[in-house]
Amino acid sequence: MQFQFSGLADFLAMDGHGVYVWSCYGVTLLVLVGLAIQPALHRRRLQRELQRQRRISEARRQRSENRVAEPV
Amino acid sequence: MGRSRLAWEWFHRLGSPRWFYHKTGAWLPWLALASLVLLAVGSAWGLGFAPQDAKQGNSYRIIYIHVPAAFLALAGYYIMAVSGAIGLIWKMKLSFVVMRAAAPIGAALTFIALFTGALWGKPTWGTYWVWDARITSMLILLLLYIGVLALSRAFSREQVGDRACALLALVGTVNIPIIYKSVDWWFTLHQPASIKLTQSNSIDPSMFYPLLTMIAGFYCFYAWTLIAHTRSLVLQREWRTQWVQQALGEGS
Repeated sequence: MQFQFSGLADFLAMDGHGVYVWSCYGVTLLVLVGLAIQPALHRRRLQRELQRQRRISEARRQRSENRVAEPV
Repeated sequence: MGRSRLAWEWFHRLGSPRWFYHKTGAWLPWLALASLVLLAVGSAWGLGFAPQDAKQGNSYRIIYIHVPAAFLALAGYYIMAVSGAIGLIWKMKLSFVVMRAAAPIGAALTFIALFTGALWGKPTWGTYWVWDARITSMLILLLLYIGVLALSRAFSREQVGDRACALLALVGTVNIPIIYKSVDWWFTLHQPASIKLTQSNSIDPSMFYPLLTMIAGFYCFYAWTLIAHTRSLVLQREWRTQWVQQALGEGS
């Protein structure tokens, strides 16, 4: 097995087909990276939402406690 | 009797989102590693070391992503439709989640197949797009995936959305044999398959092995992302349960 090109410039140019070949590989890489990181982003969104809801219920609980403590 | 009960229990556990979530967590790093290695090796091999094609020159190197992506786009449709069917028949919760997770991945892979095909067509056929039977049926596949994706977000009640998606996915399976056979039935522009299991290949081993590596890499990548997407959808669906709140609280 042998490297088929004489140098980097040759490798990038691919006898004029470089534009097509490299844009295919580039776009594919972007799409695959997007698919791979999407679950992690989704999970983070869910985590933030959970924290937000916890803060809200915590605040609500404290407010009701305060109300009980204060004489009317 | 004992064995069949065991099998039944296993089937039920498999249908439990919680069991799935805890079981699959350990698989993800291995699948990710395998797909990264295979895809990196296969790309380097296909781009730099496989010999040039006698007729097409270097543009043929697009095959190393075009064919695996198209493979998985089709296989992924089966996975989506079969999960939908299992969900409809056995009312299995997890199976609908797998179906929903398969839709964006399948759409992305179909997009890759179409995009790389268009860019390959320009230097080879002199045009980006033709309404050839294979290309048109692949476009329909993309629209089916997008349809399922849109339907899955259209209903506020999850169960109704599940059933609608499964029905659309099942109806769309008629398209799959059409895609497979399109190059033989309507011999237009797209070339027939070069890899056949039954007959000898029309592709040289020096080009075939890197292609095989890329196909294996895409399979691993598919398994990895399908499981990862399913897991995050499970968290979303089981949002109110204690175990999900614990899992989300743990960080990472």
